[in-house]
Amino acid sequence: MATGYNGYVTAERIEGADDGPLAGVTVAVKDNISTEGVRTTCGSAMLEDYVPPFDATVVERLERAGATIPGKTNMDEFGMGTTTETSAFGPVENPAAPGHVPGGSSGGSAAVVAAGDADLALGSDTGGSIRCPAAFCGVVGIKPTYGLVSRYGLVAYANSLEQIGPIAPTVEEAAELLAVIAGPDERDATTRMPPEQGGDGEDGGNGDGGDLEYASAADGDVTGLDIGIPTELVEGADERVTEVFRDAIAGLEDRGASTREVELPSVEYAVESYYVIAMSEASSNLARFDGVRYGQSGGYDGNWNETFAESRRKGFGDEVKRRVLLGTYALSAGYHDKYYAKAQDARAWIQQDFDEALSEADVLASPTMPVPPMELGESLSDPMTMYLADANTTPVNMANLPAISVPAGETDEGLPVGLQFVGPAWGERRIIRAGSALA
Amino acid sequence: MSDDADAVGSEEVRHVAGLARVDLAEEDIDRFTEQFADILASFEALDEVPEVDREEDLANVMRPDETREGLAREETLENAPETEDGCFKGPRVS
Repeated sequence: MATGYNGYVTAERIEGADDGPLAGVTVAVKDNISTEGVRTTCGSAMLEDYVPPFDATVVERLERAGATIPGKTNMDEFGMGTTTETSAFGPVENPAAPGHVPGGSSGGSAAVVAAGDADLALGSDTGGSIRCPAAFCGVVGIKPTYGLVSRYGLVAYANSLEQIGPIAPTVEEAAELLAVIAGPDERDATTRMPPEQGGDGEDGGNGDGGDLEYASAADGDVTGLDIGIPTELVEGADERVTEVFRDAIAGLEDRGASTREVELPSVEYAVESYYVIAMSEASSNLARFDGVRYGQSGGYDGNWNETFAESRRKGFGDEVKRRVLLGTYALSAGYHDKYYAKAQDARAWIQQDFDEALSEADVLASPTMPVPPMELGESLSDPMTMYLADANTTPVNMANLPAISVPAGETDEGLPVGLQFVGPAWGERRIIRAGSALA
Repeated sequence: MSDDADAVGSEEVRHVAGLARVDLAEEDIDRFTEQFADILASFEALDEVPEVDREEDLANVMRPDETREGLAREETLENAPETEDGCFKGPRVS
């Protein structure tokens, strides 16, 4: 089923088991998550004809839960973008705000849910790629704690930062989908059982997350909830956004929550340090694309290096080339200490700041995005402007924490605004409860 | 130029593209040089970040080293642009 807003790269149905918690439910899957026998392009010309010979763990779990996958959703190439305009298969238009971007990089996933063309969807979030499109399309998105969801079969962009997570119309539905995909997987050694479920951190066993349950936390009860509001993540935001944010917070106070200001001085450096780390990891991860085992061939004459460079010139788009080159630069002799080592310092500092803030408050709240959805084409020519739009989402990945974006309302022009709750590690139920008061 | 961290020239972009095995068109080099200057200038802010002690909460994840079923040879070759005698075919080693 093609969509007028270009939500799918490949609209090919994959049927799941006859029954299970997701029987009769359609779950669209981002096109960087491997589906056996159905092409998985990562939004890149490099993988235009790539058909995985195996399923990602999350896809196996969807099928076992009875879900039907209606197709593979469009995305920024290899997850590198904030607008879903860098896809080799063309940009996605925001069904909730025509003429505007759907956010990225999981823009197709959020768009098909917003348009009602899929009940639910999976995205992946390296620096905001689930939460941003959820916010821009007026739906719910969860970025789980690092290690809760298996990345086996996810085409890697920046391993130390990324998680697969759910996108849904409501918090309760997102929580149901999270329970299906969460839990340890022996094929992703970073996964573990959450500590409150008895996980000791060494359990890479074959648990399938069957014990995990999140939907019952979506009871909308925020009585006594202590919400910390990091001033740094609100001050820099567009006034149209902060107005909606403050109204939503006032609504939560009316329902029994209390708020306090908290400080996160380190987040001033979050975007820069995030991009140094993400680009560095990308330059290493994307070295595998040389046109020999898969991908766009560079031909068979000439020396290896020239042939690989030709494959990569043809296969990669501009944003991917930019990040691979900058990552290579940041890791190269003489610059490693200046960029990569300092970015790791910033990451440790950000983690400390969040630990401290979350010892004072139950959850932290901010606008998900500091700006409303951009117009299509508006930000593409200036990469740095696009990177700065990730100011509120990247700190969460740097700190390995769970976060949820829920619709908070609309600007006067009718553009969706998302509110982000951040919780402590493994505190998914806490952010789900907070978010369910809004959606 | 390569010693000057505050500016990146087209020669440096060409060099990094070589390291990264990405063939760039001439007009890409000019555009990237300009954009990299802008992006790297903002990364300069990281100079102000203090040294921070890292408290890593890490545990090794171990399992017995047992053989198990993997992909069949045909499956691993399915996506290769060119194969020969059940192997991947790459460019000549000249």
